[in-house]
Amino acid sequence: MAELVVFGLILGSIIALGAIGLSLIYGILRFANFSHGDLMTLGAYAAFLVVVDVMPRLGVSGGQLGPLSFGWPMLLAFLAAMAAVGAVAMAADRLVYQRLRRRRISPIILAIASLGVAIMVRSVIYMAWGGDFRFYTSALRPAMQLPLGIRLRPDEVFVFGMAAALVLLVYLFLERTRMGKALRATADNPDLARISGIDTERMILWVWAIGGGLAAMAGVLLGIESQLRPEMGWSFLLPLFAAVLLGGIGNPYGALVGGLVIGVAQQVSTHFLLPTYKPAVAFAILILVLLFRPKGIFGSRYGY
Amino acid sequence: MSLLAVDAVVVGYGAVDILHGVSIEVNLGEIVSIIGPNGSGKSTLMKAIFGLLKPKQGVVRFNGDDITGLPPHKVVRRGICYVPQAENVFLSLTVQENLEMGGFILNGGVRERTELVYEMFPDLKSAQHKKVGRLSGGQRQMVAIGRSLMLDPRLLLLDEPSAGLAPIYVDGIFQRVLEISRSGVTILIVEQNARKALSVSHRGYVLAAGENRHQGPATALLANEEVRRVYLGG
Repeated sequence: MAELVVFGLILGSIIALGAIGLSLIYGILRFANFSHGDLMTLGAYAAFLVVVDVMPRLGVSGGQLGPLSFGWPMLLAFLAAMAAVGAVAMAADRLVYQRLRRRRISPIILAIASLGVAIMVRSVIYMAWGGDFRFYTSALRPAMQLPLGIRLRPDEVFVFGMAAALVLLVYLFLERTRMGKALRATADNPDLARISGIDTERMILWVWAIGGGLAAMAGVLLGIESQLRPEMGWSFLLPLFAAVLLGGIGNPYGALVGGLVIGVAQQVSTHFLLPTYKPAVAFAILILVLLFRPKGIFGSRYGY
Repeated sequence: MSLLAVDAVVVGYGAVDILHGVSIEVNLGEIVSIIGPNGSGKSTLMKAIFGLLKPKQGVVRFNGDDITGLPPHKVVRRGICYVPQAENVFLSLTVQENLEMGGFILNGGVRERTELVYEMFPDLKSAQHKKVGRLSGGQRQMVAIGRSLMLDPRLLLLDEPSAGLAPIYVDGIFQRVLEISRSGVTILIVEQNARKALSVSHRGYVLAAGENRHQGPATALLANEEVRRVYLGG
């Protein structure tokens, strides 16, 4: 049981990375970004391209970092994946969402448009890499024996640490920097933000870059933790949305807590149910939140 | 030369025009009030000056430059700040953060400006780390005005600064307006509370149904028989 909770926290930290971005995007743009899962997948495959194709072709193997199954090229792949997905998300805004926004089209249409972007991204992934499962490495590293009978692979410890570090970075950005505060101000009251001299269209690009970058990292970490497949992000949407709703829509800190709760709930459920029911657990939580706590566990979206 | 000159602006939402060619002028150092009944287009005029609405016709000049239709985030950089009537604070941000956002375009000196605003509104200093959503209506209005003073604007646009405030705060707000004016800021006020607004103003305009109806020195408007009867309630 303790082991399931730990696995849940690891899964939850990945969900949280995706959910924080999803929540930030909702806060600024007021629509549910259905392409978020596929942006994760794109990040995972972008890293795959760097680690498995580009680096070996340059004659770089990189070996392995300590007890981890991958070497330093993976760190480079993180940066490449974040940059690539951030750029794709910003491009999608300029090509699709901004045009619709200018026509003052309803958020429902924007959400449907994001579904279209999702399908396009996934199709490109199928065309480029096919539908087979892929792995960053075939290296096997022994699991570590921890107290309470918990067995963890070093990779999993790394995944959690990396996710935690990224969440901390996002927190510091939002709370301490001028741009981070401007982002929160824009989410709070876009008209007043513009009146204060904030270029809200620029803030929208920032939020896509950040949300896209976090989605990319969630995808890569999910790929390290398990494996890569073109549907990995799409099937991750349900826990993502459950986490966002649980934490209160548009509240990134709520999304963090929501992500951890969903992750733990999904893993602990495997103690009682077949693992195939994991998505159903996220779905059940989503429905329960909508029925009994539609504003999320933290009540008001603003948290005051 | 006038600091702000609005010349025959026509503004509307879609096919419906709210302003049918309104003209006003504000000279350096003045306090000017725009009064008029509900729906006369007072707030629309403010939004048009600030670029939140684009005039279909007419020109807005600030300091001699044509700023017609310039987006708000660029109007701010010219030295105009605007306090809307409603939703004029960031509720989920702290008092301090609201002021910082007021100074968003500053390249430095945010701390010094913040201290000046706290000197003007000492109540805000003690609440600086509270989220504005937790403050009372009167305190929120101080945050809203404080935010707009962060840039040391040349022209301040105040839309209904006393609306929705408890009567005990209303005199206080107009006292602040006078203090701000004395510090060298030119002020344009839109007000329902016409008598109070005119009593602190140099000049005033009466708008009705989207058109200029009366204008002149505030004392003259306060003494004008028709203005008194129709717009000041006797």
